[in-house]
Order: sequence, then structure tokens, then C-alpha cells
Amino acid sequence: MNPKELIARRVAREFNDGDFVNLGIGIPTMVADYLPEGVSIFLHAENGFLGMGPAPAAGNEDWDIVNAGGQPSSILPGGASFDSLTSFGIIRGGHLKATVLGALEVDQEGNLANWMIPGKMVPGMGGAMDLVVGARQVIIAMEHTAKGRPKILKKCSLPLTAVKEADLIVTEMGVFDYRDGLTLIEIGPGVNLDDLKAVTPAEYKISPDLKTMAA
Amino acid sequence: MAKIISKQQAAALIPDGASVMFGGFMNCGGPKTVVEALIEAGRKDLTFICNDSGLPGIGVAKLIENKRVKKIIATHVGLNQETGRQINAGEIEYELIPQGTFVERIRAAGAGLGGVLTPTGVGTIVADGKEVHSFEGRSYLLERPLKADFAVIRGRRADPLGNISYRRATRNFNVAMATAAEVVIAEVEEIVEAGQIDPDQVMTPGIFVDYLVRA
Repeated sequence: MNPKELIARRVAREFNDGDFVNLGIGIPTMVADYLPEGVSIFLHAENGFLGMGPAPAAGNEDWDIVNAGGQPSSILPGGASFDSLTSFGIIRGGHLKATVLGALEVDQEGNLANWMIPGKMVPGMGGAMDLVVGARQVIIAMEHTAKGRPKILKKCSLPLTAVKEADLIVTEMGVFDYRDGLTLIEIGPGVNLDDLKAVTPAEYKISPDLKTMAA
Repeated sequence: MAKIISKQQAAALIPDGASVMFGGFMNCGGPKTVVEALIEAGRKDLTFICNDSGLPGIGVAKLIENKRVKKIIATHVGLNQETGRQINAGEIEYELIPQGTFVERIRAAGAGLGGVLTPTGVGTIVADGKEVHSFEGRSYLLERPLKADFAVIRGRRADPLGNISYRRATRNFNVAMATAAEVVIAEVEEIVEAGQIDPDQVMTPGIFVDYLVRA
């Protein structure tokens, strides 16, 4: 299975039927395609609606409904539209079960950086800082390294998005949570502990109940 | 009553150097008609206050591309490379604000508040120079109101009193911006008679709106 699909499938298992969730761009967006049988979630689009549906077919775009990336989207029956004040009230007010987003770096304290690289990339944080502070669960879904460079660190070096807000990290090499300090709770299929350690500078515990991520 | 004017008259109201809020999210719900008129009228040195700088070649992006903006205040500019180029080259002043904070600062300006306290950005560079207040173990940044000389917004339908309704995800920043500028210009797809918009469907009450332009 390709790494991105493995990550998306694993994140999808975090959800219960009826959860309200915000999915970021990239791997997080794929999560909606891999929800377990019988689980249906409501997607929140921070630009102003709940109940986000699939992208419309070419020719059927309604440009009054775009996703947070500005691309044509749709609202499912039972969805609701609102303004940005309500949308960010939903976010900061702790009304979302989870936000799933990528990261450039995340560290053993739960700090994460995903919005700028000084001198190189200054796109702005958009809604990311509000989402990670406000959502009840912050799930980092990302490939384990960036072209071989580790991303799960002792301490983030890039400007932070938020302090101590990460709750779960899912990569193709493993799953970590922060309930009792950074802890490896699942390992990727075919990955051994030494290989993982070699690309994970953060200090982490290994759960006595360590499982293998289901492919 | 709101005054119904042409797009050229709208552009004539806004002088060079003005601070202008533009509604919309990646052009969804963005005031494309008045933006075009501002470009045709040669307006320049604007302080551009908008969630984003759009997608290349469309709507508000043209103000950046045509170098009409002296300073940009936004949450995310990553989908318009020209904005990033102007920022990196030092050609344009910029302030990037978390999206939830951006809209709450605008609301504060329009609602007579001295500021808002938000947990978003605590411990990040967004907190630089800001007061931090702690209550019940949680820290908050004091964020001050954000207002403008003009707000240029877009709605679906208006009546001559300036009451506006919006469709789907186009409400976004338009609702808050309509409250926070000295002069509010709303472009709308349709102007109907008073009474044709059900009071329960009015999302921007006409008290906030000075001018209407047909989109």
C-alpha cells in the first residue's frame, strides 16, 4: 500500500459515526475516502460550512461553494453554511472532535510547526493556528521524513504553529500519542524498531502494548 | 437607505492610499466588480485587508499583480506566488494574522470592543509584543480591533435599504467587514424591492451598508 493511503486509512479509524472534523490539505483530505464501514463524519470547511461533500464533476462547479483550498466543493443534505465568525467560533470553542493536518516538524513536547520557513516560504498560517488550539484532538498526518530528513524532533526549529497541542502523530512508519509523554503505540507494517529510531530524533517511549498498523 | 451607484462611482469614492477591506475567501464571495473598477481607475498605494490574495489572475489577486497595494494584511497568501515574490523582495509591507483572530479583530472594531482575548498564537511569533492574560490556567493574547476606511463586500441579493442575503459559503468575511469600516460598499448580484428579502434571511442588516453596486 502506498504510504499516504496507509496514513489516511489509519487516521480514519480514529473517528466515530457523526463526529465533526476538519481535514487539512494533502494526506488529511484523503482520510474521508477511507472511513470504516458504518462511519460517516461531518466535515467542517473553515471558510464557512459544515457537511462538506465531494468535489463536483467538471462542468458542475458551483463557485459559491469552495473548500478551504479555494477549489469547488459541495454541501451534503443536512449541511449548514455560516460566516467566518461562526466558523472560527466552532473551531476555537472546542466544538470540533478533531483537526487533521500535516506538519513540517513536530516535537516530543507536542509543539508543531507547519506554516513558515523563514526566508523561503511565508504563505501565512490561514486557519491552522486556530484549528490546533481549538479542536479537541489534533492529529498530525504526514510522511515520516521529508526526503530523508526527520520531522519528529526533540525540539522544533521552525516558527511554531502552536505549543503542546499535538495529540497523535500518524506516519507510514508508526503511530505516536502524547497521553503519557510521546509514546510509540503502533509500528508500520514491515518497519523494525531500529529503522524507526534512526529517522526519529525525538525521545519516545515504546508502548508495552505495541501493535502493528493495519495495512 | 443605501445609495445605488455604478462600479465607476464606487471606485471614485476610494482614494489612493486608503485602507480597504475586501470580503471573500479565495474569491468565493469576493467583490470582483468593484476590484476591476479600482484597477481601471488606477487606484494605488492601498492597504489591502483581505483573508487572502486570491488565485493568480482572478479578483483581488489583480490588485497585487498590478502593484496597487502598499501593505497587505491577510491570513494566507500562499496560493498567489506573486504576493510571496513581492513580500520576499521587500516591495510590499505585510502583516499575517491567524484567520480566526483576523475576523475577531474586525468584529471587535465593528462591535465597539477594545479588543479580544484569544488562545490562538500563544507561544508563537504571533504573540510578539502582545499582552498575555491568564485565566483559570489558560493563556490568551490581547488582540486589538482592526478597522478600515472602506469595506468592499459582495452579496447575493440586496434591497434598497442595504439589507443583504448571501448564498452558500460566500458569507465568510463579508458579514464582519460590513460592520468595521467608515464606508461600506456592497456589490450584489441582484437588487430587489424592500420586503422581497424575508427579515429572517437578512444576514447583513442595511444599517451597515452605505452603497450598493450591481455585480
